[in-house]
Amino acid sequence: MDLVATQESQGKKEAVDFQTDPSRYKHWRLSFDGPVATLTMDVAEDGGIRPGYKLKLNSYDLGVDIELHDALQRIRFEHPEIRSVVITSAKNRIFCSGANIYMLGLSSHAWKVNFCKFTNETRNGIEDASAHSGLKFLAACNGTTAGGGYELALACDEIILVDDRSSAVSLPELPLLGVLPGTGGLTRVTDKRNVRRDHADMFCTNPDGVRGQRAKEWRLVDEVVKPQQFAEHIKQRALKLAGESDRPAEAKGVALTPLKRTIDERGLHYGFVDVQWNREARTAMITVRTPESVTEDSLEKVIAAGANWWPLQMARELDDAILTLRASELDLGLWIIKTAGNPGVVLAIDEFILNHQGNWFVREVLGMLRRTFARVDVTSRSIYAIVEPGACFAGTLLELALAADRIYMRDTQENGSSASMTLSKMNFGPLPMVNRISRMAARFYGDEAQLEALRCETGKKLSAREALEAGLVTAAPDDLDWEDEIRQAIESRAAQSPDALTGLEANLRFGPGETLETRIFGRLSAWQNWIFIRPNAVGASGALKVYGTGAPVKFNWERV
Amino acid sequence: MINYTEKIPNNVDLGRDRVLQRALEHWQPAYMGWWYDMGPNESHNYEVYLRTATSVEPDGWAQFGYVKMPDYRWGIFLQPRDEKREVNFGIHKGQSAWQEVPGEYRSTLRRVIVTQGDTEPASVEQQRMLGASCPSMYDLRNIFQVNVEEGRHLWAMVYLLHRYFGRDGREEAESLLARRSGDADNPRILGAFNEPTPDWLAFYMFTFFTDRDGKFQLCALAESGFDPLARTCRFMLTEEAHHMFVGETGISRIIQRTCEVMKEHKVEDPQDVRALGVIDLPTIQRYLNFHYSVTLDLYGSDVSSNAANYYTSGLKGRFRETKLEDDHVLADAEYPVSEVVGGKIITKNVPALTALNERLRDDYIEEIADGVGRWQRVIDNAGIPFRLTLPHKGFHREIGNFTGHFINPDGEVLSEEAWRNHEFAWLPNAKDYAYVQSLMSGRVVEPGKFANWIAPPARGINNQALNFEYVRFN
Repeated sequence: MDLVATQESQGKKEAVDFQTDPSRYKHWRLSFDGPVATLTMDVAEDGGIRPGYKLKLNSYDLGVDIELHDALQRIRFEHPEIRSVVITSAKNRIFCSGANIYMLGLSSHAWKVNFCKFTNETRNGIEDASAHSGLKFLAACNGTTAGGGYELALACDEIILVDDRSSAVSLPELPLLGVLPGTGGLTRVTDKRNVRRDHADMFCTNPDGVRGQRAKEWRLVDEVVKPQQFAEHIKQRALKLAGESDRPAEAKGVALTPLKRTIDERGLHYGFVDVQWNREARTAMITVRTPESVTEDSLEKVIAAGANWWPLQMARELDDAILTLRASELDLGLWIIKTAGNPGVVLAIDEFILNHQGNWFVREVLGMLRRTFARVDVTSRSIYAIVEPGACFAGTLLELALAADRIYMRDTQENGSSASMTLSKMNFGPLPMVNRISRMAARFYGDEAQLEALRCETGKKLSAREALEAGLVTAAPDDLDWEDEIRQAIESRAAQSPDALTGLEANLRFGPGETLETRIFGRLSAWQNWIFIRPNAVGASGALKVYGTGAPVKFNWERV
Repeated sequence: MINYTEKIPNNVDLGRDRVLQRALEHWQPAYMGWWYDMGPNESHNYEVYLRTATSVEPDGWAQFGYVKMPDYRWGIFLQPRDEKREVNFGIHKGQSAWQEVPGEYRSTLRRVIVTQGDTEPASVEQQRMLGASCPSMYDLRNIFQVNVEEGRHLWAMVYLLHRYFGRDGREEAESLLARRSGDADNPRILGAFNEPTPDWLAFYMFTFFTDRDGKFQLCALAESGFDPLARTCRFMLTEEAHHMFVGETGISRIIQRTCEVMKEHKVEDPQDVRALGVIDLPTIQRYLNFHYSVTLDLYGSDVSSNAANYYTSGLKGRFRETKLEDDHVLADAEYPVSEVVGGKIITKNVPALTALNERLRDDYIEEIADGVGRWQRVIDNAGIPFRLTLPHKGFHREIGNFTGHFINPDGEVLSEEAWRNHEFAWLPNAKDYAYVQSLMSGRVVEPGKFANWIAPPARGINNQALNFEYVRFN
């Protein structure tokens, strides 16, 4: 279809920029009152990130969610005094009507999938902040709360729905559009809110949703409140939630200054992160560097460094690089991850971070690292880590290797330099994947003996042979084999089916054991992505395609 | 136990329908509770000369007699069934009309019926205080007639909910009695039905403009492939005509009286006209502008996927659908809608299916224009050089493509500041309301007497004299 082709070619022309700041928001207002922040959704109809649709009724697209993501980051870092966050809407009788359907109808499959992934990560980020940052979230649903709007509410700690006899919460995706709620809705209804499965079945097949007391009885919301009491109730609940937080009242925030980034024909270039693409080979080489030495050795200096403190700057740069590659460089199917620098610096910073978890800022920096690496885990690209002399796969940065599908390490003594990797405590728990276990534990399926043996190696520079012996690397070719081995590994990977690889990698990266998040990415999203390409959704008479045109939906009734 | 056939006139075999009986056992007392609370204020003991529908036969739908309104026999009537009726539009065109709710359209149909049903009690609530300022016994009787019939229309919608939508339907029927016009905690569904009806000029405007929206919505639903809905709406339309008659003649009589006074005293300046205790024509124009624009919003967004779905599914047709000559599917048809681009109003063609709200609005505007033309003739016949005009359809709109734009009655797009500077030249201001209220500080109820600001009607109700005792206060 023409529109899809247009969308895809536009996608190539104009890269999506994930960087913004509150002065540039079109769709959200961020305000602060004592310990409570209020995020007010007021979507500008004509402010879509791509042309061709109007964002009516507080519906959203990627641009709206990029602002939400940014706002959450600002609250985390720039406003340590904030302890609870109210998410609400400026529209009359509408909280949020979810992802914009016309946008979805115009979008390519890749755009839809990537959009859903980012929105999922942002919702997960809300829950991550609740679990780790002492920020509690309150969805003040002051009107219709439909689809992605309800999914946003579900990500909050508490959902309050106005009881005006018409506002309902709903997940109308299936009956109206022939698809699933794509941003964790189904999973949170069951796993988080424990809505009984038959109630969930009723709820998800009725386009009108559920309102008032029944919404509370079915556990879809926590409270229903009359319009006249609504504002006061929200205020009191927000203050109550704020009271449970350990965020500091007096601390000064750390400004998230704009990233220094250049984009040219060779790649993306930041202070500590560099991306070089090879379009012919369809690869992107991502190199992460450390500083020469540790200059911030006290809390005062760390906070003074703020956004320029290495772990934060590096994580923000890496985050932006991942998002940019995912949204705009679809053909670069294999990411090659390299590191460079001084392992001692990383180990010292790791130590500092873990010793200062009582400080709000250091805690937030660890959270930023955790979420950034978690993005890597759910990225639909093949990932190789390449460990060579001069590389710095130590502690925090070793997580990048452990996130990769394969790790190649050069077994060399040439010129007296050798490749090494070094474990730190960071590799054994503080940076879990979304299945809440460390990449190390996942790698060895929780084998305690093996993990204990590795813990004993903490701090030690492991050679290629030792790393291979310990199961930390996939292969350790020597100098004679290295070049050809790596070349062939890259070329053979780049030649295989991108779809099948995405499925394979998603399966292998997350082993046994499920969490809400893995179910969202692995079960809900995977089914959704299948439904998204089926003719029943996107064929000429598919439900998603004809939505809003009045043309009849024609299903192929065959169950697959 | 209720004696159903005696108490509730009907042609739906209520006496043998246990589903309906069970539902009504709970709902009927709740309805009476609502009427006592929210029906016309202090009216429960009045005996009113009302028309009651007791059957659908030509002589049965208008039985006149004195009734205390709480004893009014709110009935359930459907137009008799046409066994050969088909779905006449959309993808099910040509199938036999549905006698039961198709499962796939259940929630959509329920929503359509609830939205329509909610407007009926809302207007009763909006008008409940007007009895205290009526301009005549004749007019008092008319507002009561309108009120009991709005009540009956609620019954009609509730019948559908009770009969066809199970427990959900019963809950929705209860909610229809629980919502209250203008209540911040518990409002009626549509915005216009939460606005107050502060005076009789507003009441006549409401019955002319807003009840006519009701007519057009009922006409569109009367085309429905869901036969019980279609038949219910067809019968309701016979009553709706009287409501619009009350509105049109009410305004016409006000205009007539104003013109008479203007001619008699040879005055034209609005202040001079007001000094003589009648409503000046510019104030009538401002009321018209308000009620017209607020009512246009009731048709919904110019481009609407819901409207498209309702049509394609065969649930809600166009005005006089079966009289229209096209394919009644509209897969490739287009229809023009307006929008504001770069400070100018432009018109573009969109798929006709998505523009059905706009089309119904345009049909409505056409009929409204005829009525306004008849008012104009009253002015012209008096030889007064004043023109009543319908404002541009983009004027003062809060729903659809014109929302957020500042358009004057001539259709020019202005800046917000420029528009605000003229707002109260176009819409009634506080002084206008206060003036109109001042004329209506008490009621006129001596048989045959009329307030100074309104002319008597051409004839009485059911061929009774103008000095007939239409209401006995007891």
